[in-house]
Amino acid sequence: MLELQVLGDKDDVLQPKAGCSAGSCGSNDDQMAHLPEHVRERIYNHPCYSEKAHHHFARMHVAVAPACNIQCNFCNRKYDCANESRPGVVSELLTPHQAVKKTLAVAANIPQMSVLGIAGPGDPLANPNRTFSTFRMLSEQAPDIKLCVSTNGLALPDWTDELAKHNIDHVTITINCVDPEVGTKIYPWIFWDNRRIRGIEASRILIERQQRGLEMLVERDILVKVNSVMLPGINDHHLAEVSKIVKAKGAFLHNVMPVISEPEHGTYFGLMGQRGPTPEELQTLQDRCSGDMNMMRHCRQCRADAVGLLGEDRGEEFTMEKIEAMEIDYAAAMEKRKRVHAAIAETLNAGAKKSATRDSATGPEGHAADRSSGAESIVPESSRSVLMAVATKGGGLVNQHFGHAREFLVYEASPTGVRFIGHRKVDLYCAGDSSCGEGESTLEQTIETLRGCEAVLCAKIGFEPWDALERAGIRPNSEQALVNIEDAVGRFYLDMHKLGHLAVSDPTPANQAIA
Amino acid sequence: MALQIVERCVNCHACQMVCPTGAIRKGDDEPHFRILQDTCTECVGSYDQPQCSSICPVECAIVDATGTPVHPLGSLTGLPPEKALLV
Repeated sequence: MLELQVLGDKDDVLQPKAGCSAGSCGSNDDQMAHLPEHVRERIYNHPCYSEKAHHHFARMHVAVAPACNIQCNFCNRKYDCANESRPGVVSELLTPHQAVKKTLAVAANIPQMSVLGIAGPGDPLANPNRTFSTFRMLSEQAPDIKLCVSTNGLALPDWTDELAKHNIDHVTITINCVDPEVGTKIYPWIFWDNRRIRGIEASRILIERQQRGLEMLVERDILVKVNSVMLPGINDHHLAEVSKIVKAKGAFLHNVMPVISEPEHGTYFGLMGQRGPTPEELQTLQDRCSGDMNMMRHCRQCRADAVGLLGEDRGEEFTMEKIEAMEIDYAAAMEKRKRVHAAIAETLNAGAKKSATRDSATGPEGHAADRSSGAESIVPESSRSVLMAVATKGGGLVNQHFGHAREFLVYEASPTGVRFIGHRKVDLYCAGDSSCGEGESTLEQTIETLRGCEAVLCAKIGFEPWDALERAGIRPNSEQALVNIEDAVGRFYLDMHKLGHLAVSDPTPANQAIA
Repeated sequence: MALQIVERCVNCHACQMVCPTGAIRKGDDEPHFRILQDTCTECVGSYDQPQCSSICPVECAIVDATGTPVHPLGSLTGLPPEKALLV
């Protein structure tokens, strides 16, 4: 039986061996199933650390940290932009007091909010006073909100004790290389020891500090996620080694993200024509790394002032001007959050139990695809795997209109089960009357973006996109509106099997053949 | 002897945090940080290099007493000057 690599670990001691293992019958149950219980408890409601959580729990970043101590070639320090969505970009810089006010206002209005992060727009640990005074106030005033921080790692060894003191449980380090030669192509300089240092010395120091910081966090029992920016031709062949090393040192999750390098962003890479990876290249690399490490695949590379569920940004509802005008009962808000969080936890638990029951029903050799019916539902091991795109507004359900989707989640169905692969962003196809004239070219782009997928599962879809998708070899399906995503993907896969579409002799998806 | 911050400044605060003499300020109604000319020492006696221009990420944002950029176009990013203009 094939193994689901994403489950983590070749270190199989902690997980059952069966195909339908890991508690959700092939769906990888958040890639977290093999983690010790106490770690799972710490991440179950963190949308950036847990794939399951990101359908339900919201997060926000407060932009209190403007200064940076290094330069990366994928970053432009002119970060003040309302219309771009990428790390390092914000609309308004906040003082720590404003940040606390904003956090409390958002947490009162979005009771799903569980996490507050500081991620920039510079480096949080290059702005220690602003960062830690924000954390200090928040841990007093909203003790139920988890605090986390994201850093380039240069200053990290100086601050690990302070992080531990503030009960900051989650730290993300961006590590793009462990080889200084590779680093010279990514980091033109660092500010270190009161000097600007360039070239290989800069990379050597940065890498050494990142690795030491990682070790120090692990010693202090702080959970560490490592982010890496995938740069084709620069570090794409190197990141599997990075994955191996950071895992050995105790990082528990690796997030390989595609570089964002549009020329209009004015970054070095953007202006020099550095391309980003294709979705296929990204997936291939993530799969390669997954042999050594839990991979995060649901990252949306959000802004340093993002608000809401991953994949959405409600920042505009919470400008300081609007917050000043809000009247908020903070105590009642905290009570409400408690109820909402408990309800979500119950939903997640119920889902986990349901899949555990399915597993025991099908037995250790049971196959995925259909968890509800019996032997007739088994998809043979030799069947090929299939990618499907899903339109969702959150909650873990197929619940969005095709034309309203700004992104599609991509799942892979195979005889061993359903696993989440990643997301693909698209332009809005149907934004209302005024822009519908341009719908056609947007639709073409969307279809191009969905290349490799053989089906689109959505709540509803119009005739025109239906026809266009079919012509492109992608089967639209709106029969599973409001169904749990993994169940829906599994059922559709089973239907494909019953129709004889999964034979290995037909390995090329129709849309690839056409393209 | 003092350095000056000019309009290319993006207000990232980095210089202010490393200035040993507290010479870098920004009022609420000012478009960008500025250096108090009487307080700035160009870090003589404190550091080998002026700290503000050693951490500033923006080319041509800091100029010396003669008005010459400490870091001309392309010198920090490594971009050819015509491209560095587009940053």
